[in-house]
Amino acid sequence: MNIHIKNGRVIDPKNQLDAQRDVYIVDRRIAAVGSAPQGFVADQVIDATGLCVMPGLIDIAARLREPGFEYKATLESEMNAAAAGGVTSLACPPDTDPPLDEPGLVEMLKHRARNLNLARVFPIGALTYGLKGLELTEMIELSEAGCKAFSQADAPLTDTRVLLRAMQYAATMGYSVWLRPQDSFLAKNGVAHDGIVATRCGLAGIPVSAETIALATMLTLAKDTGVALHICRISSAAGVELIRAAKQQGIKVSCDVAMNHLHLSEMDIGFFDANCHLVPPLRSLRDRDALRAALHDGTIDAICSDHTPVDEDAKLSPFSDAEAGATGLELLLPLTLKWAAQAGVPLLDALARVTLQPAQLLGIAMGHLSVGAHADVCIFDIDASWRVQPSALKSQGKNTPFNGYEMQGKVRYTLLAGEVVYQAQ
Amino acid sequence: MNNPQLNRDGGLQHLLTTEGLPARIVRDILDTAATFLDENSSKDIKKVPLLQGKSVFNVFFENSTRTRTTFEIAAKKLSADVVNLNIGSSSTSKGETLLDTVDNLCAMHADMFVVRHASSGAAHFIAQHVAPEIHVINAGDGRHAHPTQALLDMYTIRHYKKEFHNLRVAIVGDVLHSRVARSQIHALTTLGVPEVRVIAPKTLLPTMVENLGVRVFHDMAEGLKDVDVILMLRLQNERMQGAALPSAQEYFKNYGLTEEKLAYAKADAIVMHPGPMNRGVEIDSHVADGAQSVILAQVTFGIAVRMAVMATLVGGSKR
Repeated sequence: MNIHIKNGRVIDPKNQLDAQRDVYIVDRRIAAVGSAPQGFVADQVIDATGLCVMPGLIDIAARLREPGFEYKATLESEMNAAAAGGVTSLACPPDTDPPLDEPGLVEMLKHRARNLNLARVFPIGALTYGLKGLELTEMIELSEAGCKAFSQADAPLTDTRVLLRAMQYAATMGYSVWLRPQDSFLAKNGVAHDGIVATRCGLAGIPVSAETIALATMLTLAKDTGVALHICRISSAAGVELIRAAKQQGIKVSCDVAMNHLHLSEMDIGFFDANCHLVPPLRSLRDRDALRAALHDGTIDAICSDHTPVDEDAKLSPFSDAEAGATGLELLLPLTLKWAAQAGVPLLDALARVTLQPAQLLGIAMGHLSVGAHADVCIFDIDASWRVQPSALKSQGKNTPFNGYEMQGKVRYTLLAGEVVYQAQ
Repeated sequence: MNNPQLNRDGGLQHLLTTEGLPARIVRDILDTAATFLDENSSKDIKKVPLLQGKSVFNVFFENSTRTRTTFEIAAKKLSADVVNLNIGSSSTSKGETLLDTVDNLCAMHADMFVVRHASSGAAHFIAQHVAPEIHVINAGDGRHAHPTQALLDMYTIRHYKKEFHNLRVAIVGDVLHSRVARSQIHALTTLGVPEVRVIAPKTLLPTMVENLGVRVFHDMAEGLKDVDVILMLRLQNERMQGAALPSAQEYFKNYGLTEEKLAYAKADAIVMHPGPMNRGVEIDSHVADGAQSVILAQVTFGIAVRMAVMATLVGGSKR
C-alpha cells in the first residue's frame, strides 16, 4: 500500500525539519520526504493541506488495564483511545493483575496488542516479583519477551539492599530501571500535596520530602551502580533540582513528567474535585512552574499522559476514597501544544518530548520520519479547537481533570505502519 | 469555583463549611438562634412549628451520640420528623457505595440530611449528588469541617463577650486532625476577630497553618497571654501510636489546660471545649468545672444554633 501525504507541514524533531513537504509511504515505511521516489504510484492520497504531519506520539506511561482490570478498561478501548490521540507507541507500567513479572504475561499482552493493530505496545517489566520489592524478576527472560525496561510502577521498594541489587543486575545486563520516587512512610495515607489546600480541606498530605528523600536514595545508588535510571512522574521543584544536579554530575538519569502536572496544581482541587486525585499529587503553583521550566531546559526529558483509566464508580466517592488517576491518551498532544504555546517553545522542541525523546528512553527505532523509518504518523490540525467532553472520549476511563477545558489541536489521521488506524469524523 | 453551599440568590442551600460563608449569614444564624432561647432562662428552648411536615434524616457514617442527639433535639424542637440512621460501616461493608446510600435516602423523601462521615469532603460530595430540593448539613467530615460546632462556639463567644472585633482567641491542641479547629478558624476570621492563635507542638499543626490567618505558638505561657477566649481541642488516643506525641502525661504537662496555665489568660477569659473531654489529658477537671468554663452552656446553645441552621436552610431556599 503506497500512501502519499500531500501538502502538509512536516514537523520532525529528529531531522530538525519544520516545513511544508510531501511524505511518501511505501511498504509500511517512509520512502521519501519531499519529492516522490522513482516510480511511486499512490494507492491512497491524504490531503494534509493546512495540517501538521508529525511522527506518531510515543507515550511512556499508559495503563491499558489488562490483564486483571478489564472492568476499568480493555486493551481495545484504550488502544482506540491511543489511535484517536495520535499515539502510535506506548509503554505500559507493570502494575496489572497479575503484574508483568512473567514472560508469558508479557508475550500474551504483546500478542493481544498486535492483533488489535492500533498501536505498538512496549511493556515495562516488573523489577521485583509481584512488585513486592523482595525478589528480582528474571529480567533477561522478560527482556527477551519484549520488556523495554524494569519498574516498580507505584509499588514501594523500601528495602534499599534490594534496590541496590536490582540496579546492579540491571546495569550488568544493560537494562534501564524506571522508578517513581516516593518514600512510602512519609506518603502513608496521603492523598494530596502537603500544602495549603490539604491544610484547608483537611486532606492527609504527602510532603515534597517524600519525593526528594526517595530521589536522593535512587540517585546515590544509580551513581554507585552505573545503571541507567529513569525517574517517572517527577512532581516537585526540589525534585527537579536534585535531577538537574545529578545530570550535571554525569549520573545516567533521565526523567519524565505527567501532562497533568504541567498544567494543574493543588489549587485545582477546589472543593474536593476527585478528578484531581492523582499520583503523585498535584503540587503547588511554584512546583508546577519549576516542572514547566525544567521541561523547557531539558532537565525533564519527556512528557507522558500517565493514562490511568478508572471506572466511574471508583471516582464517585469523597476525594480521599476516590481512586486516583485520570484518562489521558487523547489529551497528550493538545496539552503538549498548550504548554508549547504558553511557554513559547518552538514546536520542534516541544514535540521532541513526545516523539524522539521517549523513543530514546525506550530504546526503540520510532519517533521520527526519516527515510526507512516505520510509517507511524500523526496528522493533526493545529488550529482546531475543541472542548473536552468525557462522553466523547474513546477511553473507557471518562475521568479527567480537564473536563470542559478548551483544547487547541485535533488529530485528523493516525497511521500505524503505513495504515490508517484512525480518521477523525 | 462556585460556592457550593449557596443558592443562586445567595441564600444558604447547604451548610458544609464555615469557609467562605458570608458574615451576614453567620450573623443571621446567631440572631435566629437567640430567638429560640428563652429571654429569662437561657436553658429553656421553645418548641416552634417551623419545620412541621418536614423530615430530617440524621445520616451518621461515623459513630456519634452527642452530636446526633443535639441535632435530633433541634429538629424535634422545630416540629420536624426525625429519622436516625447509624450507617456506621454496615452498608459500606455490604458493598453499598456512599452514592447508593444517598440515592436510597433521597428516594425516602427527606427534606434535610445531617451527615457525618470519616472522609474529608464527604458532605460536599453528598451535597453535589442529592436532589436539588434537599438540604445537607455537615455534622463533621474527616478532618475538614464541623460548621455547626463552630457556629455554636461563635454563639457562645458572642453571649459572653458581646463583640468579636476586640478579641484574642486561642485554639489549643490537635489542630492537624481537627475539623472543629478548621471551622472555628474560618468562623472567627469571618466575624472579624483580629487575633486568632493556635497553640500546639509542631506534630499537631498542619503545614502552612499560618496561611489560614492564625498566629502560631508552641508554648502555652506565650500563647495564652492576654487571650479572651480559650478553645480547647480533644486529643485522640491514637496520636500516641502515630508518633505525634510521646505520651498523654507529657502532653498534659505541656499543653493541658490547668488553673496555673489559665492564669496567663485575661482574668475574665472563658474556656470552651467541643466535647467529649479527656480530663487529665487536654484539660484539668478544676478548669473544666471551674468558674471560667462555659462548656455546658455550649451544649445548650448548640441546640438553638442547630435549630437556627435548619430554619435558615428551609427559609433560605425560598428566597
